[in-house]
Amino acid sequence: MCLGIPGKVVEIRDEGPLRMALVDYGGARKEACLAYLPDVVLGDYVIVHVGFAISQLDEEEATKTLEILRMLDPEGMELELGSTDGEAAAPSSSAAPPVAGASA
Amino acid sequence: MKYIDEYRDAPLAGKLLDEIHRITTKPWALMEVCGGQTHTLVKQGIDEALPSGVRMIHGPGCPVCVTPLEQIDKALAIAARPDVIFTSYGDMLRVPGSTTDLLSLKARGADVRIVYSPLDAVRIAAANPDRQVVFFAIGFETTAPANAMAVRQAARLGLANFTVLVSHVLVPPAMCAILESPTCQVQAFLAAGHVCAVMGWTEYEPIAERYHVPIVVTGFEPLDLLEGILMAIRQLESGRAVVENQYARAVKREGNLEAQETVFRVFDVGDRKWRGIGMIPASGYHLRPEFERFDAEARFDVGTIHTSEHPACIAGQILQGTKTPLDCTAYGVLCSPQKPLGAPMVSSEGVCSAYHAAGRGLAIPGAVPLYELTRRES
Amino acid sequence: MSTERRPSADPFGAPAAAATTPGGEIGAGAPDPANLVCPAPIPERARVLLGHGSGGQLSAALMRDVIGPALAEAAPGGPLNDAAVVEVAGQRLAFTTDSFVVSPIEFPGGDIGELAVNGTVNDLAMMGAQPLALSLAYVIEEGLPIEDLRRVTESVARAAGRAGVRVVTGDTKVVGRGAADGLFVNTAGIGLVAPGVSVGAERAAVGDAVILSGPIGLHGIAIMSVREGLDFEVEVVSDTQPLNGLVAAIVAACPGVHVLRDPTRGGLASALNEIAAASARGIELREETLPIPGPVRAACEMLGLDPLHVANEGKLVAIVPAADAAAVLAAMRAVPEGADAVEIGRVVADHPSMVTMRTIVGSQRIVDMMVGEQLPRIC
Repeated sequence: MCLGIPGKVVEIRDEGPLRMALVDYGGARKEACLAYLPDVVLGDYVIVHVGFAISQLDEEEATKTLEILRMLDPEGMELELGSTDGEAAAPSSSAAPPVAGASA
Repeated sequence: MKYIDEYRDAPLAGKLLDEIHRITTKPWALMEVCGGQTHTLVKQGIDEALPSGVRMIHGPGCPVCVTPLEQIDKALAIAARPDVIFTSYGDMLRVPGSTTDLLSLKARGADVRIVYSPLDAVRIAAANPDRQVVFFAIGFETTAPANAMAVRQAARLGLANFTVLVSHVLVPPAMCAILESPTCQVQAFLAAGHVCAVMGWTEYEPIAERYHVPIVVTGFEPLDLLEGILMAIRQLESGRAVVENQYARAVKREGNLEAQETVFRVFDVGDRKWRGIGMIPASGYHLRPEFERFDAEARFDVGTIHTSEHPACIAGQILQGTKTPLDCTAYGVLCSPQKPLGAPMVSSEGVCSAYHAAGRGLAIPGAVPLYELTRRES
Repeated sequence: MSTERRPSADPFGAPAAAATTPGGEIGAGAPDPANLVCPAPIPERARVLLGHGSGGQLSAALMRDVIGPALAEAAPGGPLNDAAVVEVAGQRLAFTTDSFVVSPIEFPGGDIGELAVNGTVNDLAMMGAQPLALSLAYVIEEGLPIEDLRRVTESVARAAGRAGVRVVTGDTKVVGRGAADGLFVNTAGIGLVAPGVSVGAERAAVGDAVILSGPIGLHGIAIMSVREGLDFEVEVVSDTQPLNGLVAAIVAACPGVHVLRDPTRGGLASALNEIAAASARGIELREETLPIPGPVRAACEMLGLDPLHVANEGKLVAIVPAADAAAVLAAMRAVPEGADAVEIGRVVADHPSMVTMRTIVGSQRIVDMMVGEQLPRIC
């Protein structure tokens, strides 16, 4: 299930215990549930999938990705691609995959 | 559209392709496990613009396609009941079960409704207290938080008429099953970006290490896919095998912890049969016992389900990546989007429908090769 | 009450027991695949589906396999097009009919009445004919508010006036609650084809320019935005409008215009595919030239729809010899309905009967016809 698109949070309101937002996708707006992104504020960009915001778009990273791609040059230095999020390159063997049953 | 258009830029796509061609010195086989990525690769002809030795094997990344036949037949049996409003994501409506499909049931008078979000199904239940409302909760991990929240919301509202028919599947066990197969040719994976936005990528690190396969978390736009492929090939060419994140703007290593918490509060990991592949242990979600009152399988006695697949449909091998639609004798002849024999042809993200929509392997008189990107391979 | 089930003699008749057994337990009614004559899980063949009305591949199949053959004796000219031309006393009379079943009957940018007038006026215009007169028939569901009927009818009158056509005859029927979706409207129209004009899909010739009169996707998205279960906010209104004025301008600039087609249900893709098939030519589009308004794109991305499959109501495609393209574009842009006219592609000798598009990313993809009903994707 992959169709998730980025949109801008333009309104926030509560529907009972659920925090809902109106998200603008560049001219079309639809509500989305913000329950999984409690820190999102007006103006933030989020990725929405089946009516739920599942990830906040990191605008810095977005810009960085494009900048690096623009700098790609066959004659130049090999540029580092992707995020430099901490332990990305080093798999830690001590971290077993989280098992659903164990985190009840 | 912001944060979409920039990743469809033609000159940048050309640059990425140039770089891929420059650094590739050996043949490689990569697999993407996400229907959305398959769709973009085929529709944009990206896979055919890669160096000739680089093969994209399309993995079982379409949750519609891998929903087990038993679950579809159960859904059909439940939807056929006159007291039921059956709600579902649009993609499931045309998937053939053993004998029919949801859209046909609708034509015969069943109350089948498409919903955009599982919360809509909950609203329908609240508005129709005298009817049973069932929601077909399918998907990968990406959709589990939404489906889980629907159950929690129904619980909060004290709804007695809302149940879910669960058929979730998980990506890492499928990857391992593929890697364990004796016929496995996959040397690197593109991991599904939105699955990882929810779950993070910690589960993939042991897989990369154990099987020595590079895994690159990748987005869905053309530039994302090209960059992800480039990163994977760089690893392959240098003998590295780690998890990397191409989709940096949307994915963090730990994923979305709030979403995971709700998913694990409502669901439990269990065995799941994948249509066309078979049983993969610990590869699906089931409702936890404390939410049994929301389980459609507990509420409705659907009798014994006998499933049967069309004998000419090789969806299983296609979903495992061992064959392509071009290897299928029914493809384009007996099996087409208008009269699909199997799920990969009917789902908008299935491999067969992607190939068919792109006209691959279909005999067209006078046709010239269509898959020429601005950058040809030298 | 148990249901006796016999193996169906008709291989396409899947047992209906599961759906229609009143009060029966589902266990007794569930279809047993072993009893089916045909082992293939063939989807619904015995009943009409909503998709058969969507203007895509299913609609074409219904016409080709069921309606066309059944009507063969009475329709010697072949499958029925949107409009027909009959010779009457040395003149060419265009004759067309269309039914309108849109729901809701009032939507952003218009209503079913306006749609009914413009739709038929446009079908006549696509034959190169100036509309003369319309008939108007109502099938009204019991319970429809009288005010709604009055408003829709006033809308019909306004639309007719704008198009310069008169409503000369009509009919009204009322059916029981539930038998019609509020209001169904049928209009039929006659018009005269200008001398020297001979348009038809089969006339598309290699090298011709494919011209689109303006932005696409507006009507379909406007309707979807108010459809129950999907509702979203979008600053998009239906583009319904009469196109006879625009056609007159095109014909004046290029009497030899080859094809005129308004891409309604099934969208631009379906209309172009029909033309490609009828002419046995290929059509190549360039994605960067397609006028798709931002909100339409956003709504399509959100729902997983292809803008090329979304319905339009006030747009046309004109296919003209390349040498006339500049003059036709100028003539179209001089008229409000064609202010945003743009050339979007060419008719080619390659890949006959297929429509392809050079994408923004630089690849070439096939533009296929919609299969059935346009279902929003989430996958």
